[in-house]
Amino acid sequence: MKSAVIVFPGINRERDMARALRLISGREPAMVWHADIVLPAGTDLVVIPGGFSYGDYLRCGAIAARAPIMAAVRSFAAKGGLVLAVCNGFQIACEAGLLPGVLMRNAQLRFICRDVYLRVERSDTPFTRGYNAGQVIRVPVAHGEGNYIADGETIARLEGEGRVAFRYSSPDGIVDPNWNHNGAMNAIAGIINERGNVLGMMPHPENHVEAAMGRTDGRGLFAGLVDHFKLAA
Amino acid sequence: MISNEPAVTPELIAEHGLTPEEYERIVKLIGREPSFTELGIFSAMWNEHCSYKSSKIHLRTLPTTGPCVIQGPGENAGVIDIGDGLAVVFKMESHNHPSFIEPYQGAATGVGGILRDVFTMGARPIACLNALSFGDPSHPRTRSLVAGVVAGIGGYGNSFGVPTVGGEVRFDRRYDGNILVNAMAVGIAEKDKIFYSAASGVGMPIVYLGSKTGRDGIHGASMASAEFGADAEEKRPTVQVGDPFSEKLLLEACLEIMAKGCVIAIQDMGAAGLTCSAVEMGAKGDLGVTLDLDHVPCRETGMSAYEMMLSESQERMLMVLKPDKEQQAEAIFRKWGLDFAVIGETTPNKRFIVRHGGAQMADLPIKELGDEAPVYHRHFIENKRLPVIDSASVKPPMSVADALQKLIGSADLCSRRWVWEQYDHVILGNTVQRPGGDAAVVRVNEGPKALALTADVTPRYCEADSFVGGQQAVAEAWRNLTAVGARPLALTDNLNFGNPERPEIMGQLVGCVRGIGEACRALDFPVVSGNVSLYNETNGRAILPTPTIGGVGLLADFTRSMTVAFKAEGEAILLIGETRGWLGQSIYLRDICGREEGAPPPVDLAAERRHGDFVRQLIRDGLVTAVHDVSDGGLLIALAEMAMASGIGAVLEEHADLPGHAFWFGEDQARYVMTAKDTEAVLRRAKAAEVPLRRLGATGGAVLALDGERPLRVDELKRRFEAWLPAYMAGGA
Repeated sequence: MKSAVIVFPGINRERDMARALRLISGREPAMVWHADIVLPAGTDLVVIPGGFSYGDYLRCGAIAARAPIMAAVRSFAAKGGLVLAVCNGFQIACEAGLLPGVLMRNAQLRFICRDVYLRVERSDTPFTRGYNAGQVIRVPVAHGEGNYIADGETIARLEGEGRVAFRYSSPDGIVDPNWNHNGAMNAIAGIINERGNVLGMMPHPENHVEAAMGRTDGRGLFAGLVDHFKLAA
Repeated sequence: MISNEPAVTPELIAEHGLTPEEYERIVKLIGREPSFTELGIFSAMWNEHCSYKSSKIHLRTLPTTGPCVIQGPGENAGVIDIGDGLAVVFKMESHNHPSFIEPYQGAATGVGGILRDVFTMGARPIACLNALSFGDPSHPRTRSLVAGVVAGIGGYGNSFGVPTVGGEVRFDRRYDGNILVNAMAVGIAEKDKIFYSAASGVGMPIVYLGSKTGRDGIHGASMASAEFGADAEEKRPTVQVGDPFSEKLLLEACLEIMAKGCVIAIQDMGAAGLTCSAVEMGAKGDLGVTLDLDHVPCRETGMSAYEMMLSESQERMLMVLKPDKEQQAEAIFRKWGLDFAVIGETTPNKRFIVRHGGAQMADLPIKELGDEAPVYHRHFIENKRLPVIDSASVKPPMSVADALQKLIGSADLCSRRWVWEQYDHVILGNTVQRPGGDAAVVRVNEGPKALALTADVTPRYCEADSFVGGQQAVAEAWRNLTAVGARPLALTDNLNFGNPERPEIMGQLVGCVRGIGEACRALDFPVVSGNVSLYNETNGRAILPTPTIGGVGLLADFTRSMTVAFKAEGEAILLIGETRGWLGQSIYLRDICGREEGAPPPVDLAAERRHGDFVRQLIRDGLVTAVHDVSDGGLLIALAEMAMASGIGAVLEEHADLPGHAFWFGEDQARYVMTAKDTEAVLRRAKAAEVPLRRLGATGGAVLALDGERPLRVDELKRRFEAWLPAYMAGGA
């Protein structure tokens, strides 16, 4: 699996992401500067990592969504290429029109960093095939603006088409306002686009990939992607 | 020399925080009256914050060398060797006054400043810590100060992209009018690629990098060197505004040009901005510096030389570049969207010359600006020894169980989760132990080495007996590092006191520094960097003496770091160290009995060392399953924390030798609680090492069961432990 990690000024989880990709795919990802206009030839997976692109100034992700490289990312996605957008990446993907909806300030108006539980809603996507549907994974969040909101019609479509990939839940998989730390609509933690080739999610699977560091719940996402490309080859 | 600057009058001199004697010293030094700009430069260099004029002679007594020390105090940060060709660069610094005036920006720029100190030396920051002291929870400003400071620290560190992994938070009415915000940053560099501030070579370009200069923070360092009056609010314009986005770009750009070999010397523009950085670079390199301010990138038009020299705008650096690499360096900075301007050069004549608009605004002897700053042997009074409180004389107003239940949900002992959940503590993927334990543990690169990090001080001990309090702060930091299995290497100190012109305050400073020095020597734990913050008073009321110690330790293998949580049922609970039931200055005496009295617990440094070395050995040999240092609140608080971290209870045995409240809540030092599977092996070792060890009971069940007391459910204790701070911040406490 050849991955390309997009680096915007102010992005700060690109190293975490690169380490996860390296450990699980066995291949060093290409780091692609925002001012570039093409992706490296043969890219399988584009990753928009977390951080504070452009300092979150103006609106989270708004400036990055208009960076030169994003035209290449859009056309990559339009051709069915896989795009993984995490945290600030999710915000950028929404601003860039790759995914519907918007990430608002957390309901309690504070930045929150803690481990959360996610219920995997389906396992038949390239991003979630490493998990079982209904499985609960524990991964960290670290964001101030992760409260997913969309209009009623969009939410109905997302739910109707089964495009919610991850939902905040209790450790035993119950969706409960007490476990929805940022107040997201329908406890949405991650969604896919209509075609199923773009995933946006707020939590950080890339921070839970090493057994020696204690938790490996995030590995399934990357391992699933590696399998996806192995099968495709 | 200049026509349009204000005349230097006695009033103007006083406004610059210079005494008439200090002004006379300036006139004698330069042989004439200074210009307005020159007066500003002197005030910036000679204020307490930059010159350490009250503390210097005492700081010199601290041990600053050791086998691991690469760079002690005097540079942007301290540097220690951790093997494998790697070095740790770290320092702690205060941003107290700005944070009281404007909590969000004050705290944010405190973090920004200390991060710059670390990456200026060529290190990539890997962790931040902070030590925060707030006023009484009932004080009308406390809640908003907590909210603002915590948001500011998080806002800066989270965006910059460094995990904030530890620290401490306290509440005491003595900080009502003057909170403390001490921020520590830790970075990793290659040992042979450390960058220093001394310029070298004549005619080398001096380059300005980073953000533009504005009118913010003018006289920030001078403000930090004076007491607050009722007009503190009016000082808001002297607080700088932070831009973590620019700082992140500055980090990446600086590390990139360092890697490309472009840099001869580098200095961040912190306190006293351009003045301090330019003078230091020149003076340390025995060179003169000429600056042409017409080339300084400015945020606003019409800034005077005086304003540019004293601005404390953030996210700026000054560098001396290799002339043949100037273009390469500029291209890197442009790539990151940062300003880059050659604003001067090094000269052979040891003069500090500032030009602006074709006029010469300053011409001063560069060495003397720093070296000839006044040094004061201020008069001091040692604090009176307080009587030792006989624990038998303290009548317990409630049962041990009730006292534990009350203390575990009190302002000073409750969970700090509300605070540290606002800090990204997992970014970079190397956080082995998150906040909430004895020390944070952060893996170094891909391991197996890891650093243990902690920030500690017990101000009420320092007030009661400065010498003992200074010792205890160092001992506790050393103990916290030991408790996670690390070998303590070195420390940074952040000395916060009131007005040093008052002999009793000066006595606190002198006592604490002596205590710190003695403990450092006894524990082989040198001071490699630090910061002094004086004049922490409002309307003549000083803070508690607060010499915060930031400790760094090394673990050979991060997978073997030890934690506080009980691991399994049926394990023996053991206590290392002597328990005499010391209640003087304890939290129990203060919060349960309402008495702030007595001498603090004495510190036996030989015992500290013996017990700590013993514990570290047990951890290394895998003989213990959990370890926790005993500190604020005493033994039962430590046990409750171990139980709450695991959800496993404990059955605790009788202790006939002392009254219950003294045994469980006394704050005797040099103690650790541990659990072990094989008690006999530990007992044998303790006997051989002559370390006092007693069995306290065994883990198991869902309650803390003490002889003769009602059992306390662990989940109920945890509920109380977690409840206080969120409820208080929501306005409920």
